Amino acid sequence: MIEIKMPRLSDTMEEGAVATWHKKPGDRVEVGDVLVEIETDKATMDYEAYEAGTLSAILVAEGDTVAIGTPIATLDNGKDSPPAAPEAAAPAPAPAPAPAPVPAATTAAVAGVEMVAPRPVAPANPAAGSGADGHFASPLVRRLAREHGFDLSAVRGSGPGGRLIRADLDTLLGAPSGPAPAPARSIARATIVSGPVVDDKRGSQEVAVSKARRVIARRLSESAQTIPHFYVTAVADVELLSQMRADLNEQAPARDGVKVSVNDLIVKAVSLALREHPEVNASYLGDDAKVMHLHNRVNVGVAVASQHGLVVPVIVDADLKSVAEIGAETKALAAQANGKGLSIDQMSGGTFTVSNLGMFGVEEFTAIINPPEGAILAVGATLREPVVVGEQIVARQRMRLTLSSDHRIIDGALAAQFLRTLTNILEHPWRIIASDN
Amino acid sequence: MTIKTYRQALHDTLREEMLRDESVFLMGEEIGVFEGSYKITAGLLTEFGEKRVRDTPIAEEGFTGAAIGAAMLGLRPVVEIMTINFSLLALDQIVNHAAKIYGMFGGQAKVPLVIRTPGGGGQQLGATHSQNIELYYAFVPGMKVVAPSTPADAKALLLAAIRDDDPVLFLENLALYNTKGDVPDDDTPAEIGKAKITREGHDLTLIGYSRMAYVARNIAEALAESEGLDIEVIDLMSLRPLDRATLVESVKKTHAAVVLEDDWLTYGIGAEIAASISDGAFDYLDAPVRRVAMAEVPMPYSKNLESAAMPTNDDVINAIFQTLEAVGRRLKKIGQSHD
Repeated sequence: MIEIKMPRLSDTMEEGAVATWHKKPGDRVEVGDVLVEIETDKATMDYEAYEAGTLSAILVAEGDTVAIGTPIATLDNGKDSPPAAPEAAAPAPAPAPAPAPVPAATTAAVAGVEMVAPRPVAPANPAAGSGADGHFASPLVRRLAREHGFDLSAVRGSGPGGRLIRADLDTLLGAPSGPAPAPARSIARATIVSGPVVDDKRGSQEVAVSKARRVIARRLSESAQTIPHFYVTAVADVELLSQMRADLNEQAPARDGVKVSVNDLIVKAVSLALREHPEVNASYLGDDAKVMHLHNRVNVGVAVASQHGLVVPVIVDADLKSVAEIGAETKALAAQANGKGLSIDQMSGGTFTVSNLGMFGVEEFTAIINPPEGAILAVGATLREPVVVGEQIVARQRMRLTLSSDHRIIDGALAAQFLRTLTNILEHPWRIIASDN
Repeated sequence: MTIKTYRQALHDTLREEMLRDESVFLMGEEIGVFEGSYKITAGLLTEFGEKRVRDTPIAEEGFTGAAIGAAMLGLRPVVEIMTINFSLLALDQIVNHAAKIYGMFGGQAKVPLVIRTPGGGGQQLGATHSQNIELYYAFVPGMKVVAPSTPADAKALLLAAIRDDDPVLFLENLALYNTKGDVPDDDTPAEIGKAKITREGHDLTLIGYSRMAYVARNIAEALAESEGLDIEVIDLMSLRPLDRATLVESVKKTHAAVVLEDDWLTYGIGAEIAASISDGAFDYLDAPVRRVAMAEVPMPYSKNLESAAMPTNDDVINAIFQTLEAVGRRLKKIGQSHD
């Protein structure tokens, strides 16, 4: 019998959370099998078995956090008798329940994940469009599902072609949500996740805050509370940039097949602007430090809204990479962030961050600096706007860029100069490519 | 209130406006001595004289153009085009001149012109005399197009059209001339660009204009009686400007709509209505918007074929039932008369 303990996965790690068990008690385990995913303060990592055997008990349930060295499971390698029932201490999670018969089934449950949500499960649109199984729903039904948090996969459609129609929600809208008779409006409301409502007035339920989310929260609080941010906004005319990108992508198949996004071009432009203004590519080290850091390398972090929350993979030496390389790397990192997650290495060492909400149609916004970096760029959507050129009003594609700077090391004039350089590069986009050889 | 026919309401309103405003005058084929092909202008030549009731040659382009010139110089001509089919001969005057002069010349001249013209089939007038081509004018910015379905609305919209400073195509309908209804005695004009909810309901929104608004009301009432259905009916009244807000608000309540039109389906007014509903009330729709229109053929002369080509009451009822079925209502009558 072997005790499997919470491993130390990084130098700064003191405790870890069990994210997902890949084996359940009774499962055969071979050397190298992924036993469990462990969430540290920085990343989620696979933990593999070092010895073969049968998993006899799980001691730490998904979502629970324990200190390094704490036993999280026992593995029977046939060499010893099992120790006295440790299950009592921490009951193993039940196997995934059958599709819940109650309408309150959670999104997570339907996806085949256990009911103990390891991450805060956003009420993802449970009825977006039609499922792969041809689960069509009328627009009205989809809106009601969004508003009430219904899971539609459990409902049978009685409309033409099996379409879910308003009448099919009668049961859901009429089903009582708890044992006590509630007023009509709350009868109609299903709960977002399983479990009790802890605040009746708000209809609140408890959902575990993941380790990663807690790290995000702590760092953002620190940044917002301790760094004196100031914000400078500029507008770039991106008519030529859009055109160039379209041309590049039209040629992409003939070259190497890599298409570039507007964001890839911006990352490269930012890295060139940072080379011209190294004072922006800097870190303040603290009030007691007699020195600050100017970074010789330009490592640009790209904020990614992954399924597991905000992550910032870093494009190392972005100034030395071609736009196509940046594009390919960003794509791979984003995919990895959505899948098994990024390694700590992939998320550290940044000297500047780009956050782009343009794809959501956001006109402009301000971002919070990602310490210890000195500044972050918030990129808005490309919008066609009326602009006065000479005496004419013409439609031009424009984009708003907002730089948040750490005022302790970056002054207003410097921020403005940096933005002017960046705007100039974006408006003369061949400069982005000219360095690409 | 006085009970009048649609025809009488139009006649009386024309007369009242001529008495009220000396700049109002009439032009058209056979409107004077013959008193109009549909007798809308009966007695007006005698009362107002040749200067204000002008019989014209059979030359739509010419007299429509003359009326546009008169309107530009400050008169308020009301042109009768015998049927909307003949307006095709004046298409250039209407589309390229009446609709564009105000905007194209920077507002120097207004064109307060009214073109009264009936559409509609069902009279065995054949393919070239039975069309509903108001869409051609509703398509054109610079025009206003109104289409009353009751005697009261005929009065209120004609008052509004004559007093409006823009060119207005005033669509009448052969099948409506003899319909009767209460007409207010006062002269309050309608607001051009406002649709009217003529019957409130919750089950479905039934939309029509001109003859089909009349059909819609009758069918909604009949189904309320026989099936206990609660159908909301909207009479568009104005095709341009189009009152999208009223349509959207209604569908937000009923979650389903059927649009009726007397013209052809493809590219028709129903398509515009359906698209407007999709734009404004997409998240409230429980079933696709269904359209009922005439067959995609030139109107046949033979009575049987003409009746088959036009949208029938059964077509409308089937569309309503199919839509209600699609939102989960079980109606026993479906398919009995047609499938």
